[in-house]
Amino acid sequence: MGKIVELDGVNKVYGSNHVVKDLNLYVEEGEFLTLLGSSGCGKTTTLRMIAGFEEPTTGSIKVEGDSVEEKEPFERNVNTVFQSYALFPHMTIFDNIAYGLKIKKVKKEEIKERVLAMMDLVQLNGFEKRYPSQLSGGQKQRVAIARALINRPKVLLLDEPLGALDLKLRKQMQLELKRLQKKLNITFIYVTHDQEEALTMSDRIAVMHDGVIDQLATPTEIYEHPKTKFVATFIGETNIYDGCVTSIKDGIANVTLENGVVSVACPEDFSILEYASVSVRPEKMRFSSEPVEGFGLIAQVKDYVYVGSVLKCIVSLPNGNELKIERLAGQELPKIGSKCYPYWEPSDAVLIHNESHYIFEALNSIKLA
Amino acid sequence: MSGKKKSLEFSSNTLPAMVTVGPVVVIMTLLIAIPLIFVAVMSFCSIDEFYNIQFQFTADNYLRLANPDYVKIYVQSLFIAFFTTLLCILIGYPFSFVIARVKGKYKKILYMLVIIPFWTNSLIRIYGWRSFLGTSGWLNSFLMKVHLIQEPLDLLYKNGTTILGMVYCLIPFMILPLYTAIEKLDDSLLEASSDLGAHPAKTFVNVVLPLTAGGIFSGSLMVFIPCLGYFFVSDILGGGNSDVIGNLIERQFQSGNNWPLGAALSIVLILVTLIIVKIYQRLGGDMDALGV
Repeated sequence: MGKIVELDGVNKVYGSNHVVKDLNLYVEEGEFLTLLGSSGCGKTTTLRMIAGFEEPTTGSIKVEGDSVEEKEPFERNVNTVFQSYALFPHMTIFDNIAYGLKIKKVKKEEIKERVLAMMDLVQLNGFEKRYPSQLSGGQKQRVAIARALINRPKVLLLDEPLGALDLKLRKQMQLELKRLQKKLNITFIYVTHDQEEALTMSDRIAVMHDGVIDQLATPTEIYEHPKTKFVATFIGETNIYDGCVTSIKDGIANVTLENGVVSVACPEDFSILEYASVSVRPEKMRFSSEPVEGFGLIAQVKDYVYVGSVLKCIVSLPNGNELKIERLAGQELPKIGSKCYPYWEPSDAVLIHNESHYIFEALNSIKLA
Repeated sequence: MSGKKKSLEFSSNTLPAMVTVGPVVVIMTLLIAIPLIFVAVMSFCSIDEFYNIQFQFTADNYLRLANPDYVKIYVQSLFIAFFTTLLCILIGYPFSFVIARVKGKYKKILYMLVIIPFWTNSLIRIYGWRSFLGTSGWLNSFLMKVHLIQEPLDLLYKNGTTILGMVYCLIPFMILPLYTAIEKLDDSLLEASSDLGAHPAKTFVNVVLPLTAGGIFSGSLMVFIPCLGYFFVSDILGGGNSDVIGNLIERQFQSGNNWPLGAALSIVLILVTLIIVKIYQRLGGDMDALGV
């Protein structure tokens, strides 16, 4: 597997707005890569630069090893599925899907054969003569995908393609897209703000924040070992608190939070007296009626919320902060109002460099002086 | 019960309806329906030897319309209208495209460039063209001063001059519906076409043109129809050499003083217009685009 798309030091500036900042990214052949981030993080701009609708201000973009910055969209061997579908309203579904092939002057019989095969693949048989306005959102989506895929692109770019669909249809289409991608073995670059969608479908996720990729890793890695506070809070639910590493022993760090000491597995790049954040997923949290070694948190059970398969428990700490704890429904739990000692397996928690720790260090050195 | 309620509703709606729609109906009746009926009736009247209108039925006025001299003018009129429309499309389309696609303040400026002449009296503007193009007009004086020509060019009183004036007067009617059609065009469709491998020229033919055809269509109608009747343009710039149907009508009411014949011509022109509009509608034209 080689690198099929490479972005090297790409910047995009609109007026005084620096949308994409010094982006480095490569995509493997046959990979499903997701650009995940909230709106305005630069993910769509990045995608549009790969498609050729926007020109990078600086930096280089390579597709299959060739620089494409100078190439117009119609000269690039990538195809896009647009958020708004962008189906041609004056053409039938057949003509919409056949568009790319007609432009390439493929023989009529071959066009027919390929379009029908493609319609079969996206389960649109029998819709050839209809117009886009006669289709439902989900069907339009399939047409948009078929129209892009029929050109057998090396890379398919998808810009929030499921954004306009309802939840049930979206889940179904997620699986279907994944199936298509595996079957056709085409590289997908997928833009979404939906973290669940990203986790379900991707081989790798690039979490973007403010024009920068915060973390680029597999879904498991992103979920279980977030690199930054943004990634930890953006992907899934988490309990995250700032503190200071007070001791490190046998790969376990004691971190002093405002509410007491906790224990966290410590990667090698942390040192004593460093300011850091601790992130623990609600499903990894436990509580005990007795104090647990290495943990100094005391909390009061505040509320239980029943959400089907799990029970969400909210406990409050002395300073008013709340922790979310998830338990399987049906387990025996402390009563509301009772005292409990939250803890977790040190390896279940993640220690994250606090972006502002340099400032704290600076302040400390001033104090010491 | 429900019937009673309905009649109650009816009476409660009648007064507001009368107040709001009533005056419009009265004005339309007085200013449009009655004069039209009057013209229709007149077209079947005859005249005595002093050209006074006699209320005596005759179809003579209509039969006279087949006169070869008249037929020549109908053909000429259609010719002028056709070329005016064609030129309006060729000039108006790129212009509308630019206004619709340009962003920010330039859009407003360009738009005003179309609208301001539109608000100025067209008679004045057409006289302006005559003084500009005349043998001792600005253009000829300038060209002679810079020694590009020795003799003044004979620019006025030709079909071309009339078409120029018509295009000048009627082009806003082409630009406005075109602008609306082009502005509605979704950018992502153009991007999609490009993404699928189409060169801009192909995108234009396959996507832009079909999706803005409605605008071309309604603009053409709004140019073609008035063009048949804008007699003052052909009068001032054509000098009698390039008459349109409007000139024939005007002449019967003015110098010819044969009102029934003028009325018959008017009725025919109205019928032709209605037929064109009907065809437009049949072909799927948007009536709203005409401001109807």
